[in-house]
Amino acid sequence: MRQRSLVILTSVLTTGALTLTACGSRDNSGDKSGDGSGTTLTIGVDAPLSGENSTTGLGIQYGVQIAVDDANKNNWVPGVKFKVKALDDKAQPANGQSNATALVGDGTVVGAVGPLNSGVAQSMQQVFASANMVQISPSNTNPELTQGKNWQTKKTRPYKTYFRTATTDANQGGFAAQYAAQGLKKKKAFVVDDKQTYGSGLAKIFAEKFKSYGGTVVGTDHVNTGDKDFGSLVTKIKNSKADLLYYGGQYDESSLITKQLKDAGVKIPLFGGDGMFASTYIDVAGKAAEGDLATSVGVPADTLPAAKQFIQTYKSKGYKGDYAAYGAYAYDAASAIIKAVKAVKDANGGKLPSDIKTDLRAKVVDEVQKSDFEGITGKVAFDQYGDTTNKQLTVYQVVNGKWKAVKTGTYNG
Amino acid sequence: MNTLPQQLANGLLLGSMYGLIAIGYTMVYGIVQLINFAHGEIFMTGAFGALTVYAYILPHGTSMWAAVPLMLIGGAIVAVLVAVGAERFAYRPLRQAPRLAPLITAIGLSLALQEVVRNFYPGADKARSFPSLDTTHDLGAVTIKDADIFLIIAAIVCMSSLAYFVRKSRTGRAMQATAQDPDTAQLMGIDTNRIIVIAFAIGGLFAAVAAVSYGLKYGNVDYRMGFLMGLKAFTAAVLGGIGNIYGAMLGGVVLGIAETLASAYINNIPGMQQLGGQSWANVWAFCLLILVLLLRPQGLLGERVADRA
Repeated sequence: MRQRSLVILTSVLTTGALTLTACGSRDNSGDKSGDGSGTTLTIGVDAPLSGENSTTGLGIQYGVQIAVDDANKNNWVPGVKFKVKALDDKAQPANGQSNATALVGDGTVVGAVGPLNSGVAQSMQQVFASANMVQISPSNTNPELTQGKNWQTKKTRPYKTYFRTATTDANQGGFAAQYAAQGLKKKKAFVVDDKQTYGSGLAKIFAEKFKSYGGTVVGTDHVNTGDKDFGSLVTKIKNSKADLLYYGGQYDESSLITKQLKDAGVKIPLFGGDGMFASTYIDVAGKAAEGDLATSVGVPADTLPAAKQFIQTYKSKGYKGDYAAYGAYAYDAASAIIKAVKAVKDANGGKLPSDIKTDLRAKVVDEVQKSDFEGITGKVAFDQYGDTTNKQLTVYQVVNGKWKAVKTGTYNG
Repeated sequence: MNTLPQQLANGLLLGSMYGLIAIGYTMVYGIVQLINFAHGEIFMTGAFGALTVYAYILPHGTSMWAAVPLMLIGGAIVAVLVAVGAERFAYRPLRQAPRLAPLITAIGLSLALQEVVRNFYPGADKARSFPSLDTTHDLGAVTIKDADIFLIIAAIVCMSSLAYFVRKSRTGRAMQATAQDPDTAQLMGIDTNRIIVIAFAIGGLFAAVAAVSYGLKYGNVDYRMGFLMGLKAFTAAVLGGIGNIYGAMLGGVVLGIAETLASAYINNIPGMQQLGGQSWANVWAFCLLILVLLLRPQGLLGERVADRA
């Protein structure tokens, strides 16, 4: 009895599978007859789509979605349709790595946009590099990703498949120093970092540049991630008579520091990088956050004249998440991949290379490197390390419990 | 400006909080020779208990004068229930087991409590804001805020009532007897199981007081807050002499002041710049612990180490 039901089950499953396969191939041939050489290519997305950072992550996913819809509607690449495959990395490097493997394994994927976090990017780069597939991050800022471990002394590009439309911490720290010295007219900074790659790098750049703009660094200190009591540090800062506290690190510690600082009666602003540019910072620090500042890469999408249409589409489709930080940059990243596909097709006599995995992907990498077009965030082009040539940055300040853009600009040295 | 008075005050405050938590380690160890590594998490659940009262039970805008006592009660109920529940269901079945078994159970329980709060308490995967008492007072060289005053008063009241309870009350004397020799105490008619439950409950109560002070002082709580505080409080208990309640408080204060002074002044000593600052505070605190244990293995106020080892 059991034997027989097993046989029936197996045959049902086999029949089902065969039928589905048949359906699949018929659909494909239908496409082909429809518009000549009709192929569908996939743009992969990796970002945190649930949990921490997901608001920003969803902005990346839908930014890519809108680019793909525009490409299909306006026939950017005649005869080729695009679709999006979005995977959730939950801001965890391990998930990023397995998502990268999944995207590489999918024979229709030509390139990927993401991830949001530099730490996740580190675990993905190798996977994309060995598959020769292009990866463009709209938000990673760690200089090591494009310029190698010893980027301060000798720049070498570790992976030629990795690009980004965001500028690096090297520019971010300098931009902050410039604004602190010239915009805020601060003279004496106390510099604290959390000893992590991102935080200590950023704090070091800030301190160097702040001195070069004529400021003095009246004290430095380091904290451990996870510390909660900063009483001793606060007393030191108070005693140093600093008029600005610069913090390199994440909001977890900086929100506590600013609160304990203001509670102790030290009314100086805390200035940080994009690691603390989050609403959680204000939620935790409360009123103490008022007047604090943070730099972030890129400019808010609402201030970009070319992004009006994009924002309108984003809102009218009712997409979740927040497009303001990186949505427009994700749009341009996806556009760069799509335009590269077109360039490959044109160079190949109007036909796509038949093998996506071994041929098309590698050619797309080369074409992305040569990108040069006006995107919605400005000019999209990459230097020899894969970094964007568009070095836009923004200083945000907490005003009435919300981050507000106070200065936008580019930084070149 | 001379920062020493302020730094001493910072250390004293931090140390009082360590001391309050350390009581839980030291009482339980004194009676059942168990290091309850889940105690840091009991502290954490106390904080969330108090937060629940403030955020979900009290009407919005309740005055802090009314809210703080109710938060203390809420936190205490949760922390005591968790502590007593841990004793009843996790440790009592292992009372006769080898010592390693309850220790491993304690670590497992600690992880379980963290994950339960993270997954089931609304918004607990990130730091949740806690009402804080921020009004500051300038007392000459020292600036303190209301939350600090609350912490100091709470620590003094808790310690003196505990000392009175252990010395004078019938249950307190029964506790001392159980700590000296559980078997004989039982033969003398003391319900040792009840005494053990009371020890856990007092530990939970003190942890809840510490948790409310923590929230009022730092203005936020999260599910990981118990780990580091628990570790530090355990260190304080060992430093003061584990098993001794006065030792726990003294150990806490010594540890807090040592950490603060190390972080404030070591990098001013010529040639020591690299070894000072906030990030080295823990290193110096543990150096102090090693030094004390080398010179005085029973801890500052410890006694009777021979029959415990």
